[in-house]
Amino acid sequence: MASIGFNELYFLLQGLKWTLALTLIGFIGGGVFGLMVALARTAENRVLQRATAGYIAVFQGTPLLMQLFVVYYGVALVGLDVDAWLAVAIAFTLHASAFLGEIWRGGIQAVPKGQTEAAKALGLHYVSRVRDVILPQALKIALPATIGFLVQLIKGTSLAAIVGFVELSRAGQIVSNQTFRPLTVFAIVGLIYFLICWPLSLWGARAERSLQTASR
Amino acid sequence: MPQSVSQHVPLIALEGVGKWYGAYHALRSVNLTVAKGEKIVLCGPSGSGKSTLIRCINHLEEIQEGKITVEGTVLNHSASTVDAVRREVGMVFQSFNLFPHMTILENCILAPMRVKKMAKAEAEATARKYLERVRILDQADKYPAQLSGGQQQRAAIARALCMEPKAMLFDEPTSALDPEMVKEVLDTMIGLARDGMTMICVTHEMGFARQVADRVVFMASGEIIEEGPPEEFFRNPQHQRTRAFLGEILAHH
Repeated sequence: MASIGFNELYFLLQGLKWTLALTLIGFIGGGVFGLMVALARTAENRVLQRATAGYIAVFQGTPLLMQLFVVYYGVALVGLDVDAWLAVAIAFTLHASAFLGEIWRGGIQAVPKGQTEAAKALGLHYVSRVRDVILPQALKIALPATIGFLVQLIKGTSLAAIVGFVELSRAGQIVSNQTFRPLTVFAIVGLIYFLICWPLSLWGARAERSLQTASR
Repeated sequence: MPQSVSQHVPLIALEGVGKWYGAYHALRSVNLTVAKGEKIVLCGPSGSGKSTLIRCINHLEEIQEGKITVEGTVLNHSASTVDAVRREVGMVFQSFNLFPHMTILENCILAPMRVKKMAKAEAEATARKYLERVRILDQADKYPAQLSGGQQQRAAIARALCMEPKAMLFDEPTSALDPEMVKEVLDTMIGLARDGMTMICVTHEMGFARQVADRVVFMASGEIIEEGPPEEFFRNPQHQRTRAFLGEILAHH
């Protein structure tokens, strides 16, 4: 049995780098498109409402693993030769957009109707109503759920291993195969995930408490 | 007298306005004209359509029938007429609806900066002027939640005034207030009326109606039942429903 030394740890940290990169891509892409989804869901336009409701239903109702497969092999089938990175970035963005879109829709709808009415009565247009009045309140309401999803997303990136990404979990598997110390290796891998996700969860819980005291 | 017509063009005119919520008939061919500088008090039992009526004037509600004209602009569903009307007409709500994440001053400067493209310094100067007028300038840097209900409502009045509207709509502005705070808001409104603001107030404050209204309009079941100068309206109500309503409301005051 080989021991776990500096090289193995370094390899795991390389994997962690990709885990964080995938999370960031998913969260930023999902943030941008999720915001659009949330706005479309709460728009006065019925067609937009229905289209985004369908999109959310599909991506919330199917496994992320399947979504990764479909996008990864799907784009290849269409004859497009895209980088694995791009395919995975698209898949995570689509996935995160659906979830963040739905979370933020809830936040937007939790802002009292009187806020929109007051903004309208003042003559503010849609963009200003959304940017200055609704979103600052909605995102605050949705912060705990958003952080919760971010934690899920970090762990969800391990599924990218299926299309060849050596992120943290896959790196752990490789090191484990080389050293024959699966328990130690996966304990380390688990600890790394935990050290990243736990503070986020604490932050989420704190955000939720401050919301509750604010509404009292 | 056709030659003097322009002087008598009403600031706000509703002609045959009808509105339904599904099958519910909320407004039935309502006619109402408000001259520049005129103060109207709109009263009636709950569900009589008085709030709906003033919410139609600035297009928070859409009408299905009739015509609303504000300062010569006929309100249709186009964004440009809605914008034009909202620029001229300010509104104060029962529940204040201040923006909770902004200070009082920020609440006041948002619309002048976004809608009128006013520079920040100018918008702040305007805001301070109106906050002074409603006597809460010292609260300018606080958040709405730090103020009492009466102060919040006065801030909401100042916020609407910052757009320098030609008319103000008040939708039960004192109904959500504790009794001891009603007076400070009414005093602010009386001051505004004295300065010549055109006002339509939905309120049950009959003392206020007596003091400032040029006309009291009584609504029931989505219709205007009767209207008249306050003296006449209170002393000699013509309609049975008006008498019943007044009997009830005056018994409680």
